[in-house]
Amino acid sequence: MKSGPLVILVLTLLLVLLFFISLFSGRVWLPPGDVLRSFASGNDELAAIIVHELRLPRAVLAVLVGASLGVAGAVLQGFTRNPLAEPGLLGVATGASLGAVISIYFGFTSVFALATPLAGLLGALAATALTFALGWGGGSLALILAGVAVSGLTAALISLSLNLAPNANAAYEIMTWIMGSLADRSWDHVWLVTPFIVVGVIAMASTARALDALSLGETQAQSLGIHLTRTRLIILLGTATAVGAATSVTGAIGFIGLVAPHLIRPWVGHQPSRILLPAALAGAVLLLGADIATRLIRFGPELKLGVFTSLLGTPFFFWLVVKLRKTSP
Amino acid sequence: MTRLEASSVVVRRNGRNIVDLVSAKGQAGDFIALIGANGAGKSTLLSVLAGLLKPDSGQVTLDGRTLTEYRGTELAKRRAFLPQNPRCEWPISVERLVALGLTPSLPAIGTFPEDFRAKVNATLTAFDLEAHRDQPATTLSGGELARAMLARALVGDPHILIADEPVAGLDPRHTLDTVRRLRHLAGEGKLIIISLHDLTLAARFSTRILAMKAGRLIADGPTAETMTSGLLRDVFDVDACVSGTGDTALVDFSAGS
Repeated sequence: MKSGPLVILVLTLLLVLLFFISLFSGRVWLPPGDVLRSFASGNDELAAIIVHELRLPRAVLAVLVGASLGVAGAVLQGFTRNPLAEPGLLGVATGASLGAVISIYFGFTSVFALATPLAGLLGALAATALTFALGWGGGSLALILAGVAVSGLTAALISLSLNLAPNANAAYEIMTWIMGSLADRSWDHVWLVTPFIVVGVIAMASTARALDALSLGETQAQSLGIHLTRTRLIILLGTATAVGAATSVTGAIGFIGLVAPHLIRPWVGHQPSRILLPAALAGAVLLLGADIATRLIRFGPELKLGVFTSLLGTPFFFWLVVKLRKTSP
Repeated sequence: MTRLEASSVVVRRNGRNIVDLVSAKGQAGDFIALIGANGAGKSTLLSVLAGLLKPDSGQVTLDGRTLTEYRGTELAKRRAFLPQNPRCEWPISVERLVALGLTPSLPAIGTFPEDFRAKVNATLTAFDLEAHRDQPATTLSGGELARAMLARALVGDPHILIADEPVAGLDPRHTLDTVRRLRHLAGEGKLIIISLHDLTLAARFSTRILAMKAGRLIADGPTAETMTSGLLRDVFDVDACVSGTGDTALVDFSAGS
């Protein structure tokens, strides 16, 4: 039982380490000394510009986005008591994608630089509201089914936009965006998403005690004074705000939210509330690590972050299914 | 003095009254056995009594206040509820499982208070669960899990325990253990309400019988006077023979038509 704080410590150290690696690694390798000096002087050297304007916002975004995906996965798995639950499940991620795609499709980006992330955020909120309205009154299973239905709808609409794209460039831009990436993101993006991610993560974390009680099932949780409808609403809004904001600047990044809680669970005695913080750290570590890897692996065009996490995450999904097949009757 | 009272409770589903104008009272010291055929509305009535289900009409009061006036945690501190076949969904330790019973009393933020730890320890000892303290609850046997769940329900020292078939699926020894424990708790001044299919157990251990048929309460009274072959024929449509009272009571069904 003493392994909880140790896990948090190890993950924090790993995160700090990866954060520094991400500052000096990439197409242009910067010696660690140059990176540190650029903080001290803040001058206009090339190294300073690369670190301050390109790599620092990128690393900060990776941490913010990874952490929100990790927490959202932990909260959703705890709430639905379904080990396959993840932020994509409620239509949040695809909703954000759809919003962004609509903005690209109609060329809003040329009018206003942050149009795409804002549209993504709106898309996430709209999709979540639809999921919530559809699943209203049912249990968590109804909610999951509603999420699957909404995800299906948004995915179809994204395909439609590709189908009807006015020219090859627009289609290419949409495709690239869907694949998910942290490349060329700026401080503007960081400032845009930070408030949403902070509010969303706090909202999700506030349900920790309810998640613990839900280990006993919905009836017993309710008998222990847990307000189920309120908990469901907080989780939906929290996920929509945090993951919606995250997806709206990075594009769809799969599997981080699914994998992070599973890596943590055995180390903290499977207690849902104690998974939240380590899952946030693990999500940040995974995403930052994956982002560094996409910069280092070079065979032709840049490997997209969302593609990379999906490639790595899918075998994990296979493993999870095999494990479930063994443990369930 | 704990006093739970249902008045004219009606629960409607698909145009049918599955609980139909039920009025009943229970107070500290009562060990009430709710009997009735499958689908008679026992589980629904228990949910209403526990305040988990709002009746379509009528009301349930605890010490004069309707249950809907209580805040969730306030009610949760006073009454514990165990659904039929309670399950644990994650492999958390038995200690954690039992500690979950203290959820309504936990301070809004912060770690698990030290005196709560003492309560959990005392309950683990009282329910003979010391050896299983660190065992994942999902690996317990049926009898052990039922005992752990009962410990979970009682760790917060509630005034009322409502349990839906707490002995379903238990072997004879664990069944007797559980029912004896419940009677002892009633003797200590708690109000115990359980639904039960084992009529001999109901006849031997309960102090009062409530019998339901098709949503209606058709009998309500002290066990010795109420548990008769006439009542059982009414409730279950079988010929039954009730012999003896108290600890030697026996209910048997005749093989005839």
